[in-house]
Amino acid sequence: MPITYTSGEQVEVYRFNWPITIGVPATALFLQAWLPRHLSFFAMLDLPLLVTIFFGISRRNPVSGLLTGGIIGVFQDALTSLPIGINGIAKTVVGYGASSLGVKLDVENAGARLLVTLVFCVAHKIVYFMVARGLVNLSMQWSWPHELWAAFINAIVGVFLFFALDRFKQRT
Amino acid sequence: MESVLGRYKNLIVLVCVLFAQVLGLAVQVKRTTDTESSRLIRIWAVDSVTPFEKVLNWMHNSSWNIWHNYFYLRGVRAENRGLKAEIERLRLEQIRLNEDAAQARRLQALFAFKEQFISQTRPAQVIGSSGSEQSRAIYIDKGESDGLKPDMAVITADGIVGKVLKVFHSTSQVLLIDDQSSGVGGILEKSRLQGIVRGTRSGEVVLEHIMSDNPVQPGEVVRTSGGDRIFPKGLPVGTVSQVGNGPDLFLTIRVRPAANLSKLEEVLVVTKLVEQEPTQLESGPVRAADILAQRLPSVPDKPPAADPSKPGAGEAAKPSAPAAIKPARPAGVSAPNTNAANPPKPDEKVPPKPQAQASPARAASPSSLGVGPTATAPSALKPATEKGPAPPPVKVVDPTPSAPKPKPAAPPANAPSPIQDGPQ
Repeated sequence: MPITYTSGEQVEVYRFNWPITIGVPATALFLQAWLPRHLSFFAMLDLPLLVTIFFGISRRNPVSGLLTGGIIGVFQDALTSLPIGINGIAKTVVGYGASSLGVKLDVENAGARLLVTLVFCVAHKIVYFMVARGLVNLSMQWSWPHELWAAFINAIVGVFLFFALDRFKQRT
Repeated sequence: MESVLGRYKNLIVLVCVLFAQVLGLAVQVKRTTDTESSRLIRIWAVDSVTPFEKVLNWMHNSSWNIWHNYFYLRGVRAENRGLKAEIERLRLEQIRLNEDAAQARRLQALFAFKEQFISQTRPAQVIGSSGSEQSRAIYIDKGESDGLKPDMAVITADGIVGKVLKVFHSTSQVLLIDDQSSGVGGILEKSRLQGIVRGTRSGEVVLEHIMSDNPVQPGEVVRTSGGDRIFPKGLPVGTVSQVGNGPDLFLTIRVRPAANLSKLEEVLVVTKLVEQEPTQLESGPVRAADILAQRLPSVPDKPPAADPSKPGAGEAAKPSAPAAIKPARPAGVSAPNTNAANPPKPDEKVPPKPQAQASPARAASPSSLGVGPTATAPSALKPATEKGPAPPPVKVVDPTPSAPKPKPAAPPANAPSPIQDGPQ
């Protein structure tokens, strides 16, 4: 059983069964494509990103985290009109970062989750912006107030979502 | 070596995965079309998401229809009355516009303009979106199996929506006009200035490439110019909401889209465009007075005015004019003025018109035009019903001068010409 220790406390590693591993990201992708058409507010949310962060900090395995983020990102790109890989790269980095952070920190409480999600949402936007501008030459607009507000909204939703998804965790 | 690999295993995997994706991105950016592998991923993603979207959409629409069509019918009677009044008003307006359109067609025919006409559309339902602020695209429930192809125009009754970007088996991706990678040829309705309608990064729609010395006012309507070869000319794009000075001597014109792009339910995909020179009706345009005359059942038949012995009477008696349609006139003759200048004399006797002999085409015209057998010739009523300003005289060249025309039966010696407004 892979167990890491942080400040003398035991940090548990969780796993998820296959239906959850596939079903939760697929549901997040579906809702991300379906909900904004009916509720435009949801366009600000990035449910696949929240799922990437959740799996990353729960599994605490960087390879698993970056692969999960990469696959989710690629499928998210496939639903847009943009080249495939922009979200893929950004979510790969976030998945790697979240799982690496999860190894070192205990992010089980709401405050820590809020902060971690906030930071990773901003980091995701920065990587996305760099890839879109630098590699694909998309003309994108960066607005700190907008990005911070969107990250905050995502973090709030993420806290509730993480608690909802906690029940699917299985201890290794 | 093994210890190094084991120690930096996570980092190496990260670099490999990132490198693969960067490589994939570079390939996609280099090629204009989708590569086979990226298209496959798109097909997988779309095929796994859209069936659920279709089901949810169907359930949503069904419950909405049941509620609104069977339970929530408050105010329907009042709305019905209002709509009927609106229809009457629009009918009259349509009559006026028909006249203008016919005149425009005549002029276009003179100059041999080619024009695109929408000849076939396919209704489709919006089932989903791309779910990203950076990519403003929607998914519709019609695809390759329904005859859709990339670059087909997507419109609503209010205005244009976008174009088909990617086509899958039973779904298609539509790029909206407010996406930053879209571009539509636009023209300002009043000033006739042409530019390019583009989406912005923030999802607004702007009209570009209008020089700042041109007067553009908010509220002006923007229509498609047809220059992009996707949208036919004249479709509404939106209205100018804000005008400001932009960089490089160009105006920054913000446009409010005519179609509500955030609340699209059903759209029309233009599956067939026909490019042709507008043809002028041989029988001439339908006039407002003519159509109004059809609705008066008690009006007597048209009195004779022209002497068949006069030159031009035989030409006027050609059976080419349906009952409700103004007959073709010789070149240089302005129809409205002719009648106004030569009303039938009050002391003239009005014998019954020899319909079967003088105008055999009339036998076929009522059924096709919905005109009853008692419909009168339009010219007899023109002076009384023409209220608007007369259109300018237009010299119309007969587009089919050599076309064989049915030979009318020889009129009796004293038979009057059925056409009143021939050359005098």
